[in-house]
Amino acid sequence: MSSTRRHLGAVAAAAMALSLLAACGSGDEEPQAGDGGNGQQGDGGGGEDEAVTISVSNLPPATESATREAFLARVEEFEVANPNITIEPSEYEWDVTTFAAQLAGGTLPTTFEFPFTDGQAMIERGQLADITAEVQELPYADAFNPSVLEVAQDDAGNIYAIPTSAYGMGLHYNRIMFEQAGLDPDAPPTSWDEVREYADAIAEATGQAGFAQMSQNNTGGWILTTLTYALGGRMEEGTGDDVTATLDNEGTQQALELLRQMRWEDDAMGDNFLFDWGTINQAFAAGQVGMYIGGSDVYNSLVTENSIDPNSYGLTVLPLEGADAGVLGGGTIVGVRPDASEAERAAAVKWIDFFYMSKLTQEEAALADAEALVAADAPLGTPALPIFGAEQLAESDAWVADLVNVPLEQMMPFKESILDQPLVPEPPVRAQDLYAELDAVVQAVLTDENADIDALLETANSNVSSLIEAG
Amino acid sequence: MNATIRWVRGGGLSTLLLLLPLLLVFSYFAWFPIGRAVVMSLQETNLVTDPVWVGLDNFRHVLDDPLFWTSVRNTLYFTGLALLFGYPVPLVLAVVMSELRRGKGLYSALAYLPVVVPPVVAVLLWRFFYDASQTGVFNTILGWVGLGPFAWIQDASSAMPSLVLQATWANAGATVLIYLAALTGVRGDLYDAAEVDGAGLWHKIWHVTLPQLRGVLLITLILQVIATFQVFTEPYLMTNGGPQNATVTVLLQIYNYAFRFGDYGAATALSVLLALFLAVMSAVYFRLTRSWSTT
Repeated sequence: MSSTRRHLGAVAAAAMALSLLAACGSGDEEPQAGDGGNGQQGDGGGGEDEAVTISVSNLPPATESATREAFLARVEEFEVANPNITIEPSEYEWDVTTFAAQLAGGTLPTTFEFPFTDGQAMIERGQLADITAEVQELPYADAFNPSVLEVAQDDAGNIYAIPTSAYGMGLHYNRIMFEQAGLDPDAPPTSWDEVREYADAIAEATGQAGFAQMSQNNTGGWILTTLTYALGGRMEEGTGDDVTATLDNEGTQQALELLRQMRWEDDAMGDNFLFDWGTINQAFAAGQVGMYIGGSDVYNSLVTENSIDPNSYGLTVLPLEGADAGVLGGGTIVGVRPDASEAERAAAVKWIDFFYMSKLTQEEAALADAEALVAADAPLGTPALPIFGAEQLAESDAWVADLVNVPLEQMMPFKESILDQPLVPEPPVRAQDLYAELDAVVQAVLTDENADIDALLETANSNVSSLIEAG
Repeated sequence: MNATIRWVRGGGLSTLLLLLPLLLVFSYFAWFPIGRAVVMSLQETNLVTDPVWVGLDNFRHVLDDPLFWTSVRNTLYFTGLALLFGYPVPLVLAVVMSELRRGKGLYSALAYLPVVVPPVVAVLLWRFFYDASQTGVFNTILGWVGLGPFAWIQDASSAMPSLVLQATWANAGATVLIYLAALTGVRGDLYDAAEVDGAGLWHKIWHVTLPQLRGVLLITLILQVIATFQVFTEPYLMTNGGPQNATVTVLLQIYNYAFRFGDYGAATALSVLLALFLAVMSAVYFRLTRSWSTT
């Protein structure tokens, strides 16, 4: 082999690192406005009667025949009511790692669901269509709970998506492990001192983690932010261009100190400190975790993904301590592709109104949806936060009360108190970067007995401040 | 003109025509994405709207990121440990196996078995084995001889060595087979001559086997360095960069930029830097070792 050939071979091998990434972004022609990304040529006009085709996400897979049929029946119903709109259902489900590539590749549906946590970053990156005009035509446009709608708005108040379900963060606990530790499962902890005390008792009695904490894939920062809010702190202060990072606030220091005590003084947090959302749910459903913090809707996933024993499940509100304490909220929002034409945007908002919002606003639609869920053995009745207002939520809950199939009694400590807790939105700027930065801080406290909490927070705060300043 | 005719008559044109499909496929699927990555590294893009040219901003952003040097240090650490353990192990195994009189096939198959296990399955299995509790698989086994329990991947200091251990187990088999094949090419009369000169086993390995294998050894060394610089699967699946960023590698950082934070400019900028570094390193390596090469 000649020297030149050898060099070329080596260079080619080295360059493979590049091709791996670039292959994902090699859509050389940016989708044109009006294309819609689905091969559908938009009309660009937006006339009410012009034919338009949109694709929609979250068609249940064929293995879930009852919910799939119910979904397809709703599609048919919609098309009858809107003869100029054709719906192409897609099984697409939100995945942050593939979203941008699918958007660029034209395989992302016109409308798609995604979590609150990603809303602001997607708006900043221009990955959502501005649907302010379309949303304002909806009869309930002014009725949205402002703190919920906020997650789908930019600084100027423009609307980029519609919130369809909301939850508050709560404390999930294993009732069976509570009993094993001699604790009353109907009297969950009401202060963070009690959480620590109960965690210690559970770890002592069961040999498992009394309390566990997520720490990977930005979840460490997400849950630490939740704890911080519950202790009266905030990760960022100010609004608009004046936002400053305050990761080294007193609430976060207290939160990390609490984790340090449970981990190193009480040895009450088990042996695994690299949990993310999926793995902590698995561990909890398997009876390896006594308590953990997560969204109040997690029970749905614990049933469908992890086959949890319903008798073991308990849910309560997070103890709020401190003058400005509040609870972090989350939920699902539905957005529209940024390259959708005017007609596609209008059709998409009509679909969102019909498919998602009518369940919340019309008894008949709520019942039909609930019956389909129950027929598919999917959980119904997990506590939620109001998209509009508390009264409206109570009313829509009442419509389907007879069909509820989750152990609601065991969730009452949460349901009875959550509406009294002030809802605090996520940090407004660079939330995901902030969470990623805090992942390492949480991991440090949980894996290094000598971790210097103040120094860790100072460094993290300085790093996030640089990111915020960079814009 | 005469030169062109000579080239055509000499088979140049038919060679080119035969090569053309391969060249086109290779250009489209390999070189074009590489070119695109270089372009993207100079742009800010969300992959939908028109990209904005930002000059070298992405490179500045990547180099200013506190995690950049952490990821470089971690990658070098992984590469160093992988060379220290992963490079000699297959060679020793191959030499020992080649000396066996019987069961060579069985041992080759056993050595190659981990390579057959899909990497994701292997990593997830090892994550399970690395359970840090006293009842974890490895901790239980080590407990029988009074060792442990160890934190394995749950501690910043032991996480990277744990990843290297798994990677060595997973990848040694393929290199063992390469060495075994190369060993069959070592002339038997060299060993006979060495024996006549009174050489023992160690002298035969040092003075006959290793010099005869040096061409293969040089190639496997650079291939291993290039592969370990691009380590991704193990830290991604086993620790996701934790604890405390102790296993964040350059490729994991590239992945995070692109698929966790949607910053394709930064991701491609770091990819370009990595590719340039590996290209330069490879060229320097071959230049320095030219005199040792057997080909």
